[in-house]
Amino acid sequence: MSARLRAADVAVGTELPEQTHRVTRADLVRYAGASGDLNPIHWSDRVATSVGLPGVIAHGMLTMGLAARTVTDWAGDPGAVVEYQVRFGRPVVVPDDDTGAEVTVRGKVGAVLDGGRVRVDLTVTSGGEKVLSLARATVALA
Amino acid sequence: MALDAGLVGRSYPPSAVYEVGREKIVEFATAVGAADPVHTDPEAARALGHPDVLAPPTFAIVVTLGAADVVLADPDVALDYSRVVHGEQRFTHHRPIRAGDRLVSTTTIETVRSIGGNDLLTTRVDVATEDGSAVCTATSMLVARGTA
Repeated sequence: MSARLRAADVAVGTELPEQTHRVTRADLVRYAGASGDLNPIHWSDRVATSVGLPGVIAHGMLTMGLAARTVTDWAGDPGAVVEYQVRFGRPVVVPDDDTGAEVTVRGKVGAVLDGGRVRVDLTVTSGGEKVLSLARATVALA
Repeated sequence: MALDAGLVGRSYPPSAVYEVGREKIVEFATAVGAADPVHTDPEAARALGHPDVLAPPTFAIVVTLGAADVVLADPDVALDYSRVVHGEQRFTHHRPIRAGDRLVSTTTIETVRSIGGNDLLTTRVDVATEDGSAVCTATSMLVARGTA
């Protein structure tokens, strides 16, 4: 079991452990079913290319969900996230192979707020390009 | 076609109750790879002071996605869904969503804008328990590309 992080242990600039996630077509199918988002741009190349995308793309909400783990694993309690927002800047294209795409998540404490809360700023990239922008979470630490 | 600015502030009737099940939380946590036992083991959740297993922070989208369908189904909202992409998402958690919650969502159109030939529609979904205590506010910005 993870221990809850204490506000006294962090400061502006504290870096969160980096995480890299591999996303394959199977992950997209699993997320589609779990979330109820059955939009075919997340599983059909035919539909994705017909609307001008380079191919099947990951659900933005899947990328947002993966990125949250960097924060929740660090904080030690997923219930500590009181605010979480992202802007979907660029799609994560997921090829139809066994390798899929890689999503890398880095986080840094951007501000220490009142009441044991901190703001974490996330940098989320795939293939060297930023896929989320203005990605930040407010976390209530113990 | 640009969205009608008169839509701002339009609110829709509350959704049917969404009951959060433990197995649905497990399914969603697995899909985002969230391995923390607080999502699967009630004892682990209680050890952190929560009454039952917690949903991951983005689980609220499962609850609010269906609720926000009322906007896309509104004949006054002229949005070409095949051109729509998700632009921004924000969750404010007044408390974590957990198994056993019976949630009601109320959707409101917050802003409509046209920028660079795109229509931007922002909706806010207020999620509360059946007896009215606030749980989560989810704000989504949808972009309809090249429609304005």
